[in-house]
Amino acid sequence: MDAINFLIHGFALAIQPSNLIFAAIGVFIGTAVGVLPGIGPALTVALLLPVTFKLDPGGSLIMFAGIYYGGMYGGSTTAILLNTPGESAAVVTALEGNKMARAGRGGPALATAAIGSFVAALIATVGLAFVAPFLVKVAVKFAPWDYFGLMLIAFVTVSATFGSSPLRGLTSLAFGLWLGLMGLDQLTGQARLTFGVPQLLDGVEVTTLAVGLFAIGEALYVAGRHLFKPEKPIPVKGSIWMTKEDWSRSWKPWLRGTAVGFPIGALPAGGAEIPTFLSYTMERKLSRKPEEFGSGAIEGVAGPEAANNASAAGTLVPLLTLGLPTSATAAVMLAGFQQYNIQPGPLLFAQHADLVWGLVASLFIANVMLLVLNLPLVGLWVRLLAIPLPWLYGGILVFAAMGTIAANPSVVELLLLVGFGVVGFLMRRYDYPVAPAVVGLILGPLADNALRRSLQMSLGDPTVFLKHPSSAIMIAIAAIALVLPFLFKGLAKFRQDED
Amino acid sequence: MRNFLKIAIGLAALTGAALQAGASTAGDLELTITAPAGAGGGWDSAARSLQEVMMATGEARSVQVVNVPGAGGTVGLAQFVGSAQGSSDQLLVAGITLVGASISNASPVDLTQVTPIARLTGDPLVIVVPKDSPIKSIEELLAAVKKDVATTIWVGGSAGGADHILAALVTKAAGADPSKINYVAYSGGGEALAAMLGGQATAGVSGYGEWEGQIKSGDLRALAISYPEPIDGIEAKPLKVQGLDIELVNWRGIFAGPNVEGKDLEALKAAVDNTVKSQQWKDLIKARGWSDYYAPADEFKGFIASETDRVRTILTSIGLAK
Repeated sequence: MDAINFLIHGFALAIQPSNLIFAAIGVFIGTAVGVLPGIGPALTVALLLPVTFKLDPGGSLIMFAGIYYGGMYGGSTTAILLNTPGESAAVVTALEGNKMARAGRGGPALATAAIGSFVAALIATVGLAFVAPFLVKVAVKFAPWDYFGLMLIAFVTVSATFGSSPLRGLTSLAFGLWLGLMGLDQLTGQARLTFGVPQLLDGVEVTTLAVGLFAIGEALYVAGRHLFKPEKPIPVKGSIWMTKEDWSRSWKPWLRGTAVGFPIGALPAGGAEIPTFLSYTMERKLSRKPEEFGSGAIEGVAGPEAANNASAAGTLVPLLTLGLPTSATAAVMLAGFQQYNIQPGPLLFAQHADLVWGLVASLFIANVMLLVLNLPLVGLWVRLLAIPLPWLYGGILVFAAMGTIAANPSVVELLLLVGFGVVGFLMRRYDYPVAPAVVGLILGPLADNALRRSLQMSLGDPTVFLKHPSSAIMIAIAAIALVLPFLFKGLAKFRQDED
Repeated sequence: MRNFLKIAIGLAALTGAALQAGASTAGDLELTITAPAGAGGGWDSAARSLQEVMMATGEARSVQVVNVPGAGGTVGLAQFVGSAQGSSDQLLVAGITLVGASISNASPVDLTQVTPIARLTGDPLVIVVPKDSPIKSIEELLAAVKKDVATTIWVGGSAGGADHILAALVTKAAGADPSKINYVAYSGGGEALAAMLGGQATAGVSGYGEWEGQIKSGDLRALAISYPEPIDGIEAKPLKVQGLDIELVNWRGIFAGPNVEGKDLEALKAAVDNTVKSQQWKDLIKARGWSDYYAPADEFKGFIASETDRVRTILTSIGLAK
């Protein structure tokens, strides 16, 4: 096969010492910025663009890809240990991961995240190499009505992140949806809920909300409790490595997460967040120990982390085959390509085969490097929890504020961050889950736009969603997912009666 | 945590060091260029390109780029109008999108309040149809629009942006009511591209560069470009050549603050003009795939006034401005 020859050639290119060094620098920087709340891989790649202008295109693109993958790895670390996701795709990881860390099982949580990310990225990179041209044909057929169907599925699955009380979960979700309405409406250009503040015209940044609710809220909450009952750093219990049971409970979620993450990441408007929600719900439904969800189930870390990294590779599918950036980082990488007068698109594989296959091969290498970098660090990371809490959370506050200001130097943004922090504190105090709010902010605008684009294209005919088999199937899945738990409950009761 | 700080500082130092290394011979100017958009976009790359060439040619001793994203650039413009009043060392990169955004957001500031220094680049927009479309020429597209304006589905970038404006101009030229246009806005050319390739739209508008790959590979059929003259390497003919009096260029220019006059203004003009005339600048815009659309300050000033009027008229006709 041609592709294999190209790939071998690509490896020859990627293992040149200079390219190896670029990959190593990339994954190192990527992991570091992924760990910092608010500073994402997109900002880092953007900052590095002018620096790399003088370097050769292959090397710097390899470095950018390393940063991208590294950021996806790093984002989970703080989510697990400190309940402060470094970026929005790691929000779901915090749900179970932090519970595990609090139970003294931070080591296995980090390990399953790192190995799951490795497995997912490896499989997805193979997918990128071999099915990209095919997958992209399917992906562009994904019309607004199909996106709406996908959003419905995502909305139904959100309930899994609600915690114990559906009412509190829905309240939190509604708060996120409300925030999602803010700003210029993409379809009509009209301002909604901006209260005359021009800085709100672009809406609320997901990272600002996530960092505010999670990082700042957590810090305030810990500080609030510390006044009355100083909290002791959490001791690490048992082995910091995964037990046999951890392995047997992790490998299937890794594979399922990959299967969800890669294709959705390849969709032009798929993103990394939705597959993590879907994976989390799926694992919760399929787990042999569903009762552990909410108090630290390893499947709830393994699945979403795999989905997250697989979607990162998925994002490269439309970027390399269409020149279509579907995430902020991909957009900046596109600028990187253009800087060398290379236009990603249908001709890229033909015109710059060297570069593309070198990049794909480097992704394999970056992946191995990330595992090598991350696994030994697990021991070091868990000791982070041994830092006295006032110092630790003081540091988090500084980094969270710095990251937000670095992304958008505006007083309004900082005020929003602090405001969300206070809201996050109150939500914790009164036992409202914070994750649904972030989910609402991500899904709300996507669903809103997909619904109205569909209706605009169908000239207002609502049957458009049922006329297309693909969207009809997804809407049916959403409906079934909504009804099924009630049926199962009835069935389980029936079986109990039989016994 | 301390390690992260080191990395963050190291990263900043690395960026700084590389920028420092660019300055060979030092001019007197120490400039700050505001890009009223996030890192990575068109205005940002224009600002950073200027930064690079101004320092490489020695027209400025140091140049710093500041990103102030928000609301199509109006947040950055408002901040610039406030802070660069009479300032001899502050510049702003802006373009046609900012003209439109100031109008449709009813922003209290617009580009007529700052001092034009030079128009720099201008990229053509392109009108395309899917490769399987029965529409083969711009006349056939006009006929389709005239026949039923609502079922002619356009896709392109954000509402009120240059893509939307061009679609409205074409609709008007076809003799249809531009306020009835069925324009489905996407966040940018990329997302709209998926809708084009998926065959969900009748026609699409975007910057030529964004869709160049698909046009060359035959996945999209380019009907016309909006540039006034034919461009080397672009097969599609300008609308003007095809008998439509429509010209729309996605231009970018550079401005100084309000009330910058006399010696300060002359120094800034000279620095920018020398930069733009350098070989480095010509090489750079070629590498980026931009088209040269240079106009000196006086001409640019008149252009801003007429462009503002024109965009306001179009946005009013499609109901995005009062």
